[in-house]
Amino acid sequence: MAIGAALGVVLIRDLFRAALLLVLVFVSVAGFYVMLNAEFLAVVQVLIYVGAISILIIFAVMLTRDVQQGNLPNRLQLPAVLFAALLLSALVVVTIDTDWDLIPDDVQEKVSLVQTSAVAIIDTEDLESSGFTEEEQSAAKEAGLADLLIGDFVLPFEAVSVLLLAALIGALVLMRPRPPESSE
Amino acid sequence: MSLEAMLIIAAVLFAIGLYGSLARRNVLAVLMSVELMFNAVNLTFVALAKYVAPAGLKENLAENLGGVLTGQVFAVFIITVAAAEIALGLGIVFAMYRNTESVDLTEAAELRN
Repeated sequence: MAIGAALGVVLIRDLFRAALLLVLVFVSVAGFYVMLNAEFLAVVQVLIYVGAISILIIFAVMLTRDVQQGNLPNRLQLPAVLFAALLLSALVVVTIDTDWDLIPDDVQEKVSLVQTSAVAIIDTEDLESSGFTEEEQSAAKEAGLADLLIGDFVLPFEAVSVLLLAALIGALVLMRPRPPESSE
Repeated sequence: MSLEAMLIIAAVLFAIGLYGSLARRNVLAVLMSVELMFNAVNLTFVALAKYVAPAGLKENLAENLGGVLTGQVFAVFIITVAAAEIALGLGIVFAMYRNTESVDLTEAAELRN
């Protein structure tokens, strides 16, 4: 479903429908996140992508008057298809060929528990029933997204906050109505 | 679903986004395709975080348990940057639209001499 909708985003001529299909892609990616133990990310995905970014894009589609003209391809169509197909086949070959160092099944359950409760407090009973040792229990209780964000990743965290501020100011400057000619 | 299936889905999404960003004329369509690519990369990070062990996880689970969340932290950062990118991108689109009355990328050639 995600892939069909994504194809629609780039192939449909009506830009407004493409934007709505993009929302569908975002929602199904959020579903994938839930399947991959990243429930916090799924919530963030719904809030930021589905809630904010797609609204912005639909806004922009409606404000610009070229909607009737639609989503035309440019002259690069054939090279673009070739390039994308080449990259896709390379990625698929690498994915299948690689001998992944997977997490063993007995550890996988513990990892899942830590990942799904990345922003929540884990019950001690849950930890015990999953076979955590005492030492691992305290580690599992400490592990969390917030702990990593302001621990190991504090520098990128700060950098990203400055980047957001800069983007905000930049967008404001770009959108500011042009001042009338000064009469000096 | 297995790791490989997830990675291939993400790769297909990325390739579609790449095609869209290269072959479309409308700036907004290009921005949407870029968002597709961001999502594909995020999906890859989260899938790898679930299935692939960080170094040392097998030997000493207790000391490396926080490492299983690293992929999700990266995804959080990417989402933040994507939000900043779309805000700036739409600002540029509107500035361009105000100046040229068009969102067609093939007509945006003011920098060409």
